Amino acid sequence: MSIVRVAVVDYGAGNLVSIGQALAAVGADVTFLRDGSEPLDADALVVPGVGAAAPAMERLRARDLIEPILDWIAAGRPFLGICLGLQLLFEASDEDGATTLGVIRGRTTELLEAPTLPHIGWNQVVRRRPHPLFEGIAEDADFYFVHAYAGRPDPAVEASVVLAETVHGRPFVSAIATGPLFGVQFHPERSGTDGLRLMANFAALARVGVREAAGSAG
Amino acid sequence: MLRRRVIPCLDVADGRVVKGTRFVDLTDEGDPPELAERYADEGADELVFLDISAAPQGRATLLEIVERTARRAFIPLTVGGGVRSMEEMRDVLRAGADKVSLNTAAVADPALISRCAARFGRQAVVVAIDARRVPAAGEGEDEPRWEVLVRGGRDTTDRDALAWAGRAVELGAGELLVTSIDRDGTQSGFDTRLLRAIASHVPVPVIASGGAAGPADFVAAIVEGGADAVLAASIFHRRIHTIAAVKAAMAAAGLPVRAIPGIVA
Repeated sequence: MSIVRVAVVDYGAGNLVSIGQALAAVGADVTFLRDGSEPLDADALVVPGVGAAAPAMERLRARDLIEPILDWIAAGRPFLGICLGLQLLFEASDEDGATTLGVIRGRTTELLEAPTLPHIGWNQVVRRRPHPLFEGIAEDADFYFVHAYAGRPDPAVEASVVLAETVHGRPFVSAIATGPLFGVQFHPERSGTDGLRLMANFAALARVGVREAAGSAG
Repeated sequence: MLRRRVIPCLDVADGRVVKGTRFVDLTDEGDPPELAERYADEGADELVFLDISAAPQGRATLLEIVERTARRAFIPLTVGGGVRSMEEMRDVLRAGADKVSLNTAAVADPALISRCAARFGRQAVVVAIDARRVPAAGEGEDEPRWEVLVRGGRDTTDRDALAWAGRAVELGAGELLVTSIDRDGTQSGFDTRLLRAIASHVPVPVIASGGAAGPADFVAAIVEGGADAVLAASIFHRRIHTIAAVKAAMAAAGLPVRAIPGIVA
């Protein structure tokens, strides 16, 4: 079995060390993509990130990273957005009005009726459908969250996009999966053994080709 | 439902975990990454490293152990103790920490909180508040007041703890780590009135610290104090109580806790 090569986008936002360490711990070969002019030679692309959308988009733009990311997704290649990396897939963010990547119809909105904000800590990720991304992970497993906003898909695409939800006040979308495009609002790199398992599952999906795997387990 | 967190705090001096009453009678307790991994395995929801290095080179050693810890313990790590600037915060985050707690430096320069929050996101900024009860001014004074202490609880300030908590959150603190200096090291339980006063005053999560003796104290910090998370050092290091025992007591009290990996509830 060949080693899966994962490129992690480094645009100065987020805990790259722990994401790199977690991917390495599950056997992936990790490289960091710091500029759009660098070659993107990998089996999977990960966009991490914490914080607000506008400065993140600004930094992606300054490093010419927006086009390579959009091209990668358009080519149907394996992609994982983590936290802000998931939120950026939507069209815009209420947090600061930023226009984001627009890969998924919908926008990022503040968590509604949340008892505490930000939503920090471990919470249950309730799956709406079975998916190999969560293979080997208990149905009621907890993952670690740190955020105040979350992506809300347009009702027209909701059913095909939403993979899991989490309750903090009103339920919000905590994982999406559509073909080879994945996103999680929680931090798998900080979610102990279950988080590592999810990273390993993503790496395995990237290795075998996401379409086939999703089709067979779907 | 959001779980209530149990957080062991490791006092780190010059690259080693030490125990003792914060700054005196320190005894060597081992390698921080090794202990961090052990706590992660035992069900810790998060870890805090408090740097109490005496030597100037302690900071460089700290960054190295944060990096080694990030490689072994895949749970969130907060680093505090003497972080004075955005540059220092950046270095600690780059080494692999998820959050940095600011204390004395934030009191001296509150704008540091907003600068760090703007640069790294408020989720990465924990403001640690060391609070001490102010003796009642006179008869019939019902509502207690607390003052903010700095430099590890050694120096007083004129700040009111409740007002400072509100201000810190306004400026961008994503979490507050509230330590009762009256209770710290005394094993007489958390100051639940202090916790309640602050938790009901701010929207962000409050981490309770100072005074834990047994599992019942953790439950009280959450139920009576309104804390989202509870932190303790010596009772875990000395193996007086396990994280599992604390979580079992919390679960028995009806509080949502994360299952310990590998243990079926």
